[in-house]
Amino acid sequence: MTEATAPTATETNRGFSLAAIPLWAQFAAIIIFGVLLSLVWDGATRWPEAWTVPMAAWITEFIEWLKSEATIFGVEFKEITRGIGAALKAPVKWAEYLLYRGFKGIGLGPLPWVAVAAGVTIFAHWVGGRRLALLCVLTMIYLATFNLWKDSMKTMTIVIVAVPMAALLGVVLGIWVTRSQTASRIISPMFDLMQATPHMAYLAPVAALFAFGPVTALIATVIFAMPPMARCTILGLQTVSSDVLEAGQMSGCTKRQLLWKVALPSSKRTLMLGLNQVVMQTLAMVVIASIAGATGLGHKLLYSLQQLRLGVAIEQGIAISLIAIVLDRLTQAYAYKETDHFAATKTWTQRHKHMLLFLGILVVSYIAAEYWRWVKIPPSKFVWGTGDAKTVLFDAKLLARHADQAIRDFNVVAFDYINPIRDWVTIWILLPVRDFFLWLPWPVFVGVIGLAAWRLGGLSVLLLCLALMFSFIVTGFWVETMKTTYLVLIAAALCVMIGVPLGIWAARSERVANIIMPICDTLQTFPSFIYLIPAIMLFRIGDFANIFAILPYATVPAIRYTYLGLKRIPPVTIEAAIANGATRMQRLFKVELPVALPEIMLGLNQTIMMALAMTAITALIGSTDLGQEVVRSISTQNFGRGILAGFFIAALGIIADRLIGSWAAERKRQLGVA
Amino acid sequence: MPTDVQIKCRNLWKVFGADPKGFLHRHNGAPTAEALADEGYIGAVQDVSFDVHQGEILIIMGLSGSGKSTLIRCITRLNDPTSGEMEYEGRDLLKLSERDLIDMRRHKMGMVFQNFGLLPHRDVLENVAFPLEVQGIARPERIERAKAMIELVGLSGRESYFPRELSGGQQQRVGIARSLAIEPDIWFLDEPFSALDPLIRAEMQDEFIRLQSLLHKTIVFITHDFEEATKLADRIGIMKDGRMVQLATPEELVLNPADDYVAEFAKNAPRERIVSVGAIMQPVAGNASGTVPMSAKIGSVAEQVLTSEHPVAVMDEGNNTIVGSIDRQTIATSIFGTRAA
Repeated sequence: MTEATAPTATETNRGFSLAAIPLWAQFAAIIIFGVLLSLVWDGATRWPEAWTVPMAAWITEFIEWLKSEATIFGVEFKEITRGIGAALKAPVKWAEYLLYRGFKGIGLGPLPWVAVAAGVTIFAHWVGGRRLALLCVLTMIYLATFNLWKDSMKTMTIVIVAVPMAALLGVVLGIWVTRSQTASRIISPMFDLMQATPHMAYLAPVAALFAFGPVTALIATVIFAMPPMARCTILGLQTVSSDVLEAGQMSGCTKRQLLWKVALPSSKRTLMLGLNQVVMQTLAMVVIASIAGATGLGHKLLYSLQQLRLGVAIEQGIAISLIAIVLDRLTQAYAYKETDHFAATKTWTQRHKHMLLFLGILVVSYIAAEYWRWVKIPPSKFVWGTGDAKTVLFDAKLLARHADQAIRDFNVVAFDYINPIRDWVTIWILLPVRDFFLWLPWPVFVGVIGLAAWRLGGLSVLLLCLALMFSFIVTGFWVETMKTTYLVLIAAALCVMIGVPLGIWAARSERVANIIMPICDTLQTFPSFIYLIPAIMLFRIGDFANIFAILPYATVPAIRYTYLGLKRIPPVTIEAAIANGATRMQRLFKVELPVALPEIMLGLNQTIMMALAMTAITALIGSTDLGQEVVRSISTQNFGRGILAGFFIAALGIIADRLIGSWAAERKRQLGVA
Repeated sequence: MPTDVQIKCRNLWKVFGADPKGFLHRHNGAPTAEALADEGYIGAVQDVSFDVHQGEILIIMGLSGSGKSTLIRCITRLNDPTSGEMEYEGRDLLKLSERDLIDMRRHKMGMVFQNFGLLPHRDVLENVAFPLEVQGIARPERIERAKAMIELVGLSGRESYFPRELSGGQQQRVGIARSLAIEPDIWFLDEPFSALDPLIRAEMQDEFIRLQSLLHKTIVFITHDFEEATKLADRIGIMKDGRMVQLATPEELVLNPADDYVAEFAKNAPRERIVSVGAIMQPVAGNASGTVPMSAKIGSVAEQVLTSEHPVAVMDEGNNTIVGSIDRQTIATSIFGTRAA
């Protein structure tokens, strides 16, 4: 009896476990330990030089070796890359001939701009009706009047080459993943990593192997834009209805026929949405790839920004945004386009009127281009009359200059108001937080994240996070990584402070949702590069501008997930709260937000991912963090640092993703909404 | 039944779980329900044996989860059974190579699906011609044959419509036309009318009867609707928890249900349309007036018998002899008796 009720001393000791200590005490202990350690050991503040692994140098050397000496199966590696480069140059060249250079050899000019504009508009009318056609007309006129036609065509050159390649590669990989367990095990985690890797980071390794130029831009773009296609292919193939597949089998399809004649065509819509994403990702990447040798709008925009020619930058930014919107709407409309049967009475001509109209315009415009230059290239000036009676009706360059001047004037006035705000926030908020992160001894960081990882996700998440954290500590990237962490955390906090209330507002009012949600859609359509323009215009360079550039891009998921999280709460739950006499505020804080919290946290997760991607892009206008390492590595040819820095940005994303993802999954399970 | 056996199934098992083959092997091919439950296996089809005769309509009936869909997928080898034997006209179905199986589907089997399984990107004509296309029949011929099938199911004029432009009933007509395009010897229908509204369903059942009167196919038909089964079937196999509880003509099911489960189904069956006079007649009565044929369903003679004061004589049409009699009481209890009880 005594043995059963009174445990002996040893039993009590054996029963001791970490779980018995309150969580806050565990964290406090780790923090105190880390800080004390940093007081007695310098190595805790700054990883000892002697222990630093010169990974960056090794990678750079390895690339040098690859490029100069390596052979694979007796073929020199540099020959292989040269061969790939040459092979890829061919389609780029053809696209260039087609869009703006002209086929010099046979004396045929490039597609006249009238034909391109008409082609896009006719296609828009075919897939999306009048409204979409109007959008295209306006966009084409904009590009023409602001003298941005040729640069737009240069950008489109890489787009029209990269999109089919990325789409094809994505479909092939997607099919492979659905057919082979091994492929699925290898490729799926790769896609996870690729999704966490910012655009920028793709450029360094590609630029390392291929020379600066359009081919590098093309390769990086294809790699970057391919995963969504593969994902959509996998999704599409896995969601073909079993009846359709079985009907195919019972019709006597071979495996190949089943794939090509049944499964793939039945998932057309999902595949087309994949294509939409490929196009959007391609455009986003192409404008950034200007730092690795892509010409076109992105290149010009980067130049304008660096020269602080903001009026021109805005014109170029609007052009990129318009192209993005047009491409997005066109591909979406195409994805959702339903084929209807034709009335038997319709003639062949009636059925193919869009196509015939385009062919007609194409031929006519080619002929007309021989006589009138403005058919070939949009005129930068409209001049009326001749000789002394000449009046300039319109001059694109003049317009750009005026816009530039207007913005300058505005800025001069606005700066008086904006500057003090910027400086105050920088001095009192940004710098202290930054200094805190730079002071932070790494054992504290590792300990806190590690403990959180262990409690939230168990051993596997802990080990993953430890490996990722030590990868940037031991390679000497601690300072840069902390700078990125600080920027991203501040930006994410602001995004949540703006996005969550907006999401709540939208969820409560249909009218507000009808305004906010389309804005969110549009904001996500723009290539992230665009967001640098207002930031630089209002705040010049510096951390404040960088954070400001992140906001519009990364707030969207915070809004959207909050909205969806609240909308998905079962009506019964809310009705029960009302029946229990909760006020609107009580309902929100005691019922709706707690239930929607896991979803909102997943929004935070996305916000962090997008903020990370954007910090890398802000490096284009000046920063001192990981993103800057990536950008600088391309110009200095110190590719090891660039590749590592890109990987560490991804590493931060993966750490955040695992922590938040584990928490949200567990919480959803507890709430029974998983 | 003196007809040829077209499909023979013996001791079919389909078990889902981690290692179905090993599991069956450990239990000597016949695990108990407890063994299945204990080891976390699901016996979708359990020890099912039956024959399908040439030219008959065999309906397999059961509630959802009873294993009927899995069974038809075993026979068509959309899902391979875990163990058992299957023969098609004496050929071992389970030993067919991939190539032979495809060949058999291309020439012998047709199947209709509950949710139609039409290809959304093809119009009616191309859907119906699809089985012909995959076996490599030239375009003019397959178009011609597909058009004939479309006419057969009454969809002429809709050849260029896409599936989403058609009603459910029309879509299933396309499904039927497609399954018949290769002129199969055996026709599988997996709940073909279950996704349709009741009115359309009745119309399609009549359409099915009309087609069968033209085609005389061997048919395996799955449904969960007992009334549908009794309306269409030559024989009905009732499945419960993966086992075939009883396989018999509708009349036998109603009059001699094998167990309470079958009786429960049969309780609400339209007996007047299922039970024939011969099955319930009594010995020849002296005071009989008038005659009814022995094979007539009681519903069709009910009025005559109920309005007659005397029993009515039952005549065997084969040799025109009186073989029994039937009176009001018998008819009334046959139709209403058990329900009142």
